[in-house]
Amino acid sequence: MGLTAIVNGRVCNPESATLTEGTVLVHGDTIEAVGQVDFPEDARIVDAGGMLVAPGIIDLGVFKTDKPAFHFAGITRAALMPDQSPVLDDPGLVQHAARAGKPDFWVHPLGAATRGLEGRELAEMALMKAAGARAIATGREWIADSGVMLRVLRYASALDLTVVTHGEDGGLAGNAVATDGETASRLGLPSAPACAEAIAIARDIALARETGARLHIRLVTTAAGFDLVRAAKAQCLPVSCGVSPAYLFLNDQAVTDFRTFARLSPPLRDERDRQAAIAAVADGTVDVLCSGHDPRGPEDKRLPFADAAPGLAGAETLLPLALNLVRDGKIGETRMMALLAANPAKILGLDAGRLAPGAPADLILIDPDVPWIVDSNKMAAAAGNTPFDKLPVQGRARMMMKGGVIR
Amino acid sequence: MTSTPSPATGLVGRANFPHRHLLGIANLAPHEIRFLLDEAEQWATLNRTATRKHDDRLAGLTQMNAFFEASTRTLLSFEVAGKRLGADVVNMHATQSSVKKGETLIDTAVTLNSMRADVIVIRHMSSGAVQLIADKVDCPVLNAGDGRHEHPTQALLDALTIRRRKGGFEGLIVTICGDILHSRVARSNMLCLTALGAQVRVCAPPTLMPPAVERYRVTPYSDFNAALEGADVVMMLRLQNERMDGGFIPSAREFHMLYGLTPERLKRAKEDAIIMHPGPMNRGVEITSGVADHAERSAITEQVEMGVAVRMACLDVLTRRDRGVPAWA
Repeated sequence: MGLTAIVNGRVCNPESATLTEGTVLVHGDTIEAVGQVDFPEDARIVDAGGMLVAPGIIDLGVFKTDKPAFHFAGITRAALMPDQSPVLDDPGLVQHAARAGKPDFWVHPLGAATRGLEGRELAEMALMKAAGARAIATGREWIADSGVMLRVLRYASALDLTVVTHGEDGGLAGNAVATDGETASRLGLPSAPACAEAIAIARDIALARETGARLHIRLVTTAAGFDLVRAAKAQCLPVSCGVSPAYLFLNDQAVTDFRTFARLSPPLRDERDRQAAIAAVADGTVDVLCSGHDPRGPEDKRLPFADAAPGLAGAETLLPLALNLVRDGKIGETRMMALLAANPAKILGLDAGRLAPGAPADLILIDPDVPWIVDSNKMAAAAGNTPFDKLPVQGRARMMMKGGVIR
Repeated sequence: MTSTPSPATGLVGRANFPHRHLLGIANLAPHEIRFLLDEAEQWATLNRTATRKHDDRLAGLTQMNAFFEASTRTLLSFEVAGKRLGADVVNMHATQSSVKKGETLIDTAVTLNSMRADVIVIRHMSSGAVQLIADKVDCPVLNAGDGRHEHPTQALLDALTIRRRKGGFEGLIVTICGDILHSRVARSNMLCLTALGAQVRVCAPPTLMPPAVERYRVTPYSDFNAALEGADVVMMLRLQNERMDGGFIPSAREFHMLYGLTPERLKRAKEDAIIMHPGPMNRGVEITSGVADHAERSAITEQVEMGVAVRMACLDVLTRRDRGVPAWA
């Protein structure tokens, strides 16, 4: 096994919250040393040229294994949502999904909490875990029956699996495709009050408290939702949450003119909630920044708004928009990498997301300043459904190393 | 066609109405709305007075009415309007089209476009569907109702009816009552009447009121009696049967008790208040026959009449560019 020395970089280790100038020495598929280290002359040298050396991004909750997009984005691992066709509720399907990306990309499937994601019967969580499921998820829906949810949490807790939930009360959300407000009313779109989220989160936190289960709310998007997570954390409950850049940089006005690329689940919120989301990222309430990557072609998106599928192709914009938060002074670079790599790894129980001796050599070089323009017609993703089309951004991954191999 | 300035706008030709399509009232400036109403007046006169109600300015043009949602009166009204202007009118109903076979809306639009329609009139059950089609075709598109979003010709015909009865809009109090939440008629009327200067009140049970409705610069009421106080125009909306089964309101009879327009209740409005309804009516639910058929005060049949005039005006104005009308081409 050869040695690779990545020199002249700013080495970002979110685990220790340190940013140091120096070298990362990789031996085989493992990081051997970090910092001011000596290395033999025959080691291959990669000059980082002052760029950020960071752990590969771990994207918690994608809807498709879209390797070209992930490669562009600096994502080395992704947790795949169970909302597939067929639903990932069976160990065979989980195993198949887990193998789909290797060796250059690792997929960590999230097993369905209930059979067919129907919210009624428990799925075979232990068998799915044995087949490679890293957590259990309720999919893009919540489990309406609180009794079922209680049993899901109890059962997953005994298996030491985090339960990834969707924070939207199904009764309130119903067939809504937007958040109550002026935009939805003017467009004549079915809408639901934003409190649909807080109600779902409050229940799930109460059940997590009851069962001791680890709860991860994949996307929190409202001020009231963040308040609940903040309060739960203050009580040391094992509750974590994520948000995607769409909710940080867009509000519900983005759906004006029936722009289906901005049809998301949960729907975009009002400006006050958007500000609350940024505040929650800054103050540490948010644990995970995720893309929610869900490439959808015209057959799903070139439809009347309410008939279009929800979701956005978010992988490629994840890093540059996270860097926006850094440039805006909301977070530092190590916190950014905690949100993008270290925390998702912890929630999924992965030994990854850090740059330290002994860690797997999954890393990326980030040029934080390079300008480019998001273009839905020229994306690496399987489809170009981005609500950020034509947005000028800065920063992208320049090199990716997965398992010690430059990809 | 002359190039003298329009009395409504003081503008000449296409400057009066620079839009390719009529997708909603939201895109229109007040002077553009007034221009369409003025244009409709001549057709109201023609329809009422002439024995042969024909004007051949759309002769040789193909008007396609693509209705993806059931409709009787709007479709009929557009068909009559097109035929009186001499257009070749073709109707497509969703029930007998390939839409049922799973063809996408875009494919249908492309198909209509390939048949070289000169103007397309569309009704669809989804908000935003008409705009989607308009973006894909080469001819003017008229929105005949899309989901809960807009129904611009209905708002224009209502405005024309009000203007003819009341002389204008300044200071006029218009009360719109019924299922505001699901109503495109209410949305287009709120936009149109506030743009023209009327004071608009909307009244509905709280379960049938859209969120943030006050952003339309209208005053929301849940008490119908209060909403009627001093009103010049009372516009009742149809309550669809499927809303009356306990989902949004407990029952039709309870709705009638709270929101039904009865002769007794009408006394709260001005003595000369007019009654309007876009139809079809549920007699005995939102409106009683005594009110609906009131000889002097009900403007309901006049609305239907103005509907044809307004649609003739819209078809004429929207096709002027392609017909090469001076100052429009």
